[in-house]
Amino acid sequence: MNKINVQLITGIFVLFGIAAFTYQAVTIGGASIRPTPGYTLVARFDSISGLRVGGIIEAAGVRIGTISGIKFDPDNYKAIVNLRINEGVPVQQDAIVSVRTQGIIGEKYIKLSAGGFPELLTDGMEIHETESAVSLEELVSKYIFNSSSGSGSGNNSDAKK
Amino acid sequence: MTGNTPTTNAITIRDLVVDYGPRRILNGINLDVPHGQIMVIMGQSGAGKSTLLRCILGLKKPTSGSIQMLGTDIATASRKEIYKARKQIGVAFQGGALFSSMSVAENIQLALHEHTDLDEKTIQIMTRIKLDMVNLLEAENLMPSELSGGMAKRAALARAIIMDPKLLFFDEPSSGLDPSTAAELDQLILTLKKGMGITIVVVTHELDSIFKIADHIAVMKDGNLILTGTPQEIIDSTNPEIQGMLNRKPRETIVDTDAHLRRLTGDF
Amino acid sequence: MASIAKHVESLGAYCITAMEQTGRTFNMLLQVLWELLHPPYRFYPIVRQMYFIGARSLTLIIVSGVTIGMVLGLQFYNILQRFGSVELLGAGVALGVIRELGPVMTALMVVGRAGSSITAELGIMRITEQVDALECMAISPDKFLIAPKVVAGLLSVPLLTMVFDFVALFGGYFVGVKMFGVAEGSYWNGMTDAVEWQDVRLGLEKSFVFGVLVTLICCSRGFYMHLTKAGSQGAEGVSSATTDAVVLSSIAVLFSDFLIGALA
Ligand SMILES: Nc1ncnc2c1ncn2[C@@H]1O[C@H](COP(=O)(O)OP(=O)(O)O)[C@@H](O)[C@H]1O
Ligand SMILES: [Mg+2]
Repeated sequence: MNKINVQLITGIFVLFGIAAFTYQAVTIGGASIRPTPGYTLVARFDSISGLRVGGIIEAAGVRIGTISGIKFDPDNYKAIVNLRINEGVPVQQDAIVSVRTQGIIGEKYIKLSAGGFPELLTDGMEIHETESAVSLEELVSKYIFNSSSGSGSGNNSDAKK
Repeated sequence: MTGNTPTTNAITIRDLVVDYGPRRILNGINLDVPHGQIMVIMGQSGAGKSTLLRCILGLKKPTSGSIQMLGTDIATASRKEIYKARKQIGVAFQGGALFSSMSVAENIQLALHEHTDLDEKTIQIMTRIKLDMVNLLEAENLMPSELSGGMAKRAALARAIIMDPKLLFFDEPSSGLDPSTAAELDQLILTLKKGMGITIVVVTHELDSIFKIADHIAVMKDGNLILTGTPQEIIDSTNPEIQGMLNRKPRETIVDTDAHLRRLTGDF
Repeated sequence: MASIAKHVESLGAYCITAMEQTGRTFNMLLQVLWELLHPPYRFYPIVRQMYFIGARSLTLIIVSGVTIGMVLGLQFYNILQRFGSVELLGAGVALGVIRELGPVMTALMVVGRAGSSITAELGIMRITEQVDALECMAISPDKFLIAPKVVAGLLSVPLLTMVFDFVALFGGYFVGVKMFGVAEGSYWNGMTDAVEWQDVRLGLEKSFVFGVLVTLICCSRGFYMHLTKAGSQGAEGVSSATTDAVVLSSIAVLFSDFLIGALA
C-alpha cells in the first residue's frame, strides 16, 4: 500500500468520523454553535417532577422554546424553572404555563397557553400563572381511595369528580 | 590477548556474571577487544555467546561485572548514555531481524531517517552503496519475507553498517549458508575491517571462516571463557576441549554408565 | 494439605503476575507520554496506524452498527408497543446507542480486529529480535512502535464510535419507521428531544478511554511477551499472548464502561 493511498483513505475516514460526530452533537445533542435567539422567562412551580433541563416548551402543539434551567427555591419550597422562549414568540403577562406529560409514561414538557392581556413579558420577567405536574400515582390512588370510601376527601382537586 | 590499557580497547569486559532467573549463564567473563581488529567468539551452542553479545549491547542487564564499550560502562549507564553509545555501533542479528513491515531498502534507511537530516536522494544513494557492498542491489524493493536466509543475513549486515559504525557485531553470519555465500560474507567482513577500520565482533563456529577472518579468538564453554588468543595460539593449545572443537570430535562419551542410566530413568 | 498449599501458592503467583502486568502496562503509558512530549515528532506513523486501526475497521463498524441499530429498533418497538409508547422508539434507540452500545461495541470490534493483530505483530517482533534490533539502532521502541499505535487508538476509536452511532440510528429508523410504520417525525423528534449534549459527551469520553485502554493492553501484551511464561514458547507463545490480550482488553472495556457510567 503506498503512502498517498494510506493518507487519502485515512483522511476520508477522519472526515467521515468528524461529520458523524457533528451531526450527533448539533442535530441530536442540541449543542448549537450559536444559541438560538430568544429570551428567558422565569416560572415557579409547586412540583415539576420529571421535568428535565433541555425539555420542550410547546404552545398549541408547536415547539416554541427550551427549558434552560431548573433550580430549587429553599425559602418557598418551590421549583424555579428558566424558560428559553424563541425569538418572535410573544408571551402575555397573564399567560399560563403548565407541566404536561407526552403519552401515558412519556416525557414531561411545558405547555404555554396564551393570556388575554396586551402587555408582553420581556427577558428575565416572571410568569405567575403556573400549573404543576399532575402525578399519575396520586391521581390513581385518590381515585381508588374515593371510590372505596364513597366520600369526598376534602381535597380540592377531587371535588369535581 | 593484547594486554593494552583499556583506552585502546573498543570493548573491555571484567568479571561479567549473568543469570537468567536461577540459572547462571555467564560465569565471570574477562575479555578485551582491541580497536580495528576482528574478534571471533566461538563455542558450542548454548555456551552463552549470544547472551554475552546481548550484555555488551545493553539488551540484558548483567548480575555483576563491568562492560566498557567505546568508553561507556554499559552495565551502569543510563538509557540515554546507552543510546548515545549505540549510535556508533551496528548489529546484525542471528536471524537477520529485519522489520517485516518494511522493504529491504526501508529497513536499511531507517537509521538514516531517524538520526540524520539527509535529503531523500542522498539517503537513497547511501542505501544503494551499502546494498551493493553486500551484493543485494536487485533485492532493494523486496519485502523481508521474500528473501532467502542468506539474503536476509546480508541485508541485516547492510543495515548494520549504514551509519558507518565504529564497532560491528555479527551473530553467526555463516550458519545455514552455502559455502560460497559464506565465503563471500567472510570476504566482506575483512573488507569492512581493512577499508573502514571497523572493529568487528563475530560469533561463529564455522572453523573455516574463523581462521580466515580472526585476529583474536575467544573460546567459550558453559558460560566460561576457556581461552583467548590469536588463531595460532588456539591451534597450538594443548587444551583437550579446544582440540576437540578444532578436530570436530563429538562430545566426550560418558564414563559412568550406571549413573547416566539413573539420570535418564529418574527415580523409578 | 500439600495440594491446598500448592493451590494457594499458584493463586499467589497468579496475583503477582497480574500485578506485574498491570504495572508494566501503566509504565508503558508513562513511557508513551514521555516520548510524545519529546522530539522528533513524526506524524506519518500515526496516520499509518490510524489507517490500520481506524480506516480498515470502517466496513466492520458500519455493518455492525446498522445491525445493532436494527436489533434495538426491533426490541424497543416490541417493548414500547405494550405500553403504547412507540413514539419513544427514537429516544430509546438513540440513548441506548449513544450512551452505551456505540462506544462498547466499537471498542470490542477494534479489540477483535486491530487489537489482536497488534499483539501478534509486537509479539513476533519480539521473538524474532526485531525489537532488539530497533534498540540497537538507538531507536526507542516506545516511540517508534508503541506511541503511534496508542495515539491512533485514542483518535480512531472515538471516530469509529461516532460512525457506529450514526449508522445505528439509521438502522433503528429502518426497522421502526420503514418496517413497523412508526411516524417518521416522532422517531427523529423523540431522538432530538431525548438526547442531550451530555449523552453525546459521555459516549465520547468512554470511547477515548476505551481507545487508549485497548491499544495499551494489546501493545503491552505483545511487547512484553518475553517477560511472561508464554515468552519462551515461540509461535505458541504469540498465540496465547494474543488470546490473553483480547480477553483482557474486552474485560477492561466492559468494566471501565461500568465505572465511567457509575461516576458520570
Ligand atoms: N531468554 C532466556 N531465558 C532463559 N534462558 C535463556 C534465555 N536466552 C538464553 N538462555 C539460556 O542461556 C544459555 C546460553 O544461550 P545463548 O547465549 O543463546 O547460547 P549460544 O548463543 O552460545 O548458542 C542457554 O542455555 C539458554 O538456555
Ligand atoms: Mg546464539
